Amino acid sequence: MDNILEVKDLKINFGTFAGDVQAVRGVSFNLRKGETLAIVGETGSGKSVTTKAIMGLLDSNAKIASGSIMFAGEDLLKANAHEMAAINGNNIAEIIQDPMTSLDPTMTIGKQVSEPLRIHKSMSKEKAIARTKEVLALVGIQNAEARMKDYPHQFSGGQRQRIVIAMALVNYPKILIADEPTTALDVTIQAQILDLMTELQQKIDTSIIFITHDLGVVAGMADRVAVMYAGKIIEVGTVDEIFYDPKHPYTWGLINSMPTLDTKAKRLYAIPGTPPDLLDPPKGDAFAPRNEYALKIDTEMAPPFFPITATHSAATWLLHPDAPQVTPPPEIVRRQEVYQEMVDKGLDQPNNPEVKLNTPATD
Amino acid sequence: MRKYILKRVLYMILTLFLIATITFFLMKLLPGTPYQNQDKMSASQIHMMNEQYGLNKPVWQQYLIYIFGMVHGDLGISFQFSSQPVSYLIATRIGPSLQLGIQAMIVGSVLGILLGAFAAIRKNTWADTLATLLAILGMSIPNFVFAVLLQYILGFKLKLFPIALWDNFSSSILPTIALAMMPLAETARFMRTEMIDVLSSDYIMLARAKGLTQAGVVWHHALRNSLIPVITLAGPLAVNLMTGSMVVENIFSIPGIGEQFVKSITTNDYPTIMGVTMVYSFMLVIVILVVDILYGIIDPRIRLSGSEVSA
Repeated sequence: MDNILEVKDLKINFGTFAGDVQAVRGVSFNLRKGETLAIVGETGSGKSVTTKAIMGLLDSNAKIASGSIMFAGEDLLKANAHEMAAINGNNIAEIIQDPMTSLDPTMTIGKQVSEPLRIHKSMSKEKAIARTKEVLALVGIQNAEARMKDYPHQFSGGQRQRIVIAMALVNYPKILIADEPTTALDVTIQAQILDLMTELQQKIDTSIIFITHDLGVVAGMADRVAVMYAGKIIEVGTVDEIFYDPKHPYTWGLINSMPTLDTKAKRLYAIPGTPPDLLDPPKGDAFAPRNEYALKIDTEMAPPFFPITATHSAATWLLHPDAPQVTPPPEIVRRQEVYQEMVDKGLDQPNNPEVKLNTPATD
Repeated sequence: MRKYILKRVLYMILTLFLIATITFFLMKLLPGTPYQNQDKMSASQIHMMNEQYGLNKPVWQQYLIYIFGMVHGDLGISFQFSSQPVSYLIATRIGPSLQLGIQAMIVGSVLGILLGAFAAIRKNTWADTLATLLAILGMSIPNFVFAVLLQYILGFKLKLFPIALWDNFSSSILPTIALAMMPLAETARFMRTEMIDVLSSDYIMLARAKGLTQAGVVWHHALRNSLIPVITLAGPLAVNLMTGSMVVENIFSIPGIGEQFVKSITTNDYPTIMGVTMVYSFMLVIVILVVDILYGIIDPRIRLSGSEVSA
């Protein structure tokens, strides 16, 4: 598959009174045509900042220290505000977390949804209205023609998120950035919105960067997963590789802290400690202080990426040939066994329905 | 919408009636009578005058007579200005005051909105600091000081405008500027705060994600949303202008209504006090009504409240 977006060694600092906060510390990833890449990580791991950089929407105190974001042969980090405005909403679009605040309360939704058409396509008014109606119907707004004259407060939260999706997709963008699009919605609506996104992705053939901290959502939506911690990607792989054969202790911790139907423990696992201070990030592996599997070298030198398969790699010294063999937590071992069985049976194809039996939020 | 306005007009009439009643009785509580300091008048003359103006009737009768007259457009006869009807006095003097007030209101709020928006867009730059400084100056320096300064510098020294004259438009410029400073500063300060708030909201971020440039975002989304709270300022600012105009009118020798009001209080000129109070009150309720209608036009959440909202 072709890469539609290539992010290389992206470093972003935020100037504060206390000094520079290194929010993103060398992130590289590729987004392939038509795929859904999930970026997971806890709050403050730099996932939203990374996508803000793609759209050129960083706050004014952000400084891009290094890196490149290649889209259609052009480095987006070098594009000026006008060039960015021509790409945003046309080729790259975004959905954000809270549908209650992401629509302008004083503008009819018909106007808001058609705005990207008016900005980017020199479309006649009738044509724009027709297209808007069509897209609103596509995202499941009933009686779209009449409702285009309504204001955001006349819609429910789920409907509003559908409208935001319509607004993002009205120009059939090549890339859709979904920054926790279901976090503010209740679970049944969540499932509907996720289904809608999957359906629309196939219809208009777009690539999605899906940012979330909800692993259940990731399992149902993503083709590939990148795990971020303290401003770095620490493991990347297909959804099966990440969920069934994770290699980084942080990914172990994440998966371990997600309850499944088989979870027997009385107390849910939580990763001990807190993320590091990014004003003064540790010199070695940022996860080392919270990592029970940490090696001595982890505190001295940040680990490079070790490839595991063609699609799977992780930044942990545990993968170094000289590293001691460790046994992952029991839940991970169990998953690895299940996965091994599937690989043996040749069932390890992406999007295999059997693999996702215990994914709560998508059913 | 029509029903709403009709309802508001009925409330306005009720408000005006209450103001008339309260002012009338408060005025009667003032010490002294209109004729107490007239040394040249004999007791019988004063008695005659009281008789003529109905001042020796019981207060409740005077009240009923006044209200009845007011409903029919008769505001009584002034005690001090050679027996002119109050409605005539007001009619001849309201023009300049109204013109000044409206000019100052428009200049103040339009410039204030622009200045505030500009400061918000250029937040934390020298332009923002300069705008904030201007706003603080405008708020802390009383308008009569501005009036005198403008008069001295632009009128007396540079001879660009007449100093104290009321004939054509150019003579209204200096008093308008002096009066507009306060609304300008107040609007700018409010607008800046609101605009900064709005500019950091999610829908503005998403508007930029749609491909709108900074100017487009401000024009299509931020301005209207920032204006909603700013519009509520219009009521208090109008009151401020009415009271402020009294002094400024004096400084520029403008034959307005403010000057009249001050005089009528010191002489216990009951009908004039009542008349001017009623005119001020009327203008104020009109301003408030206009603000409420504007509010509904700008904010759809208010316009539609009460009507059916689907979930």
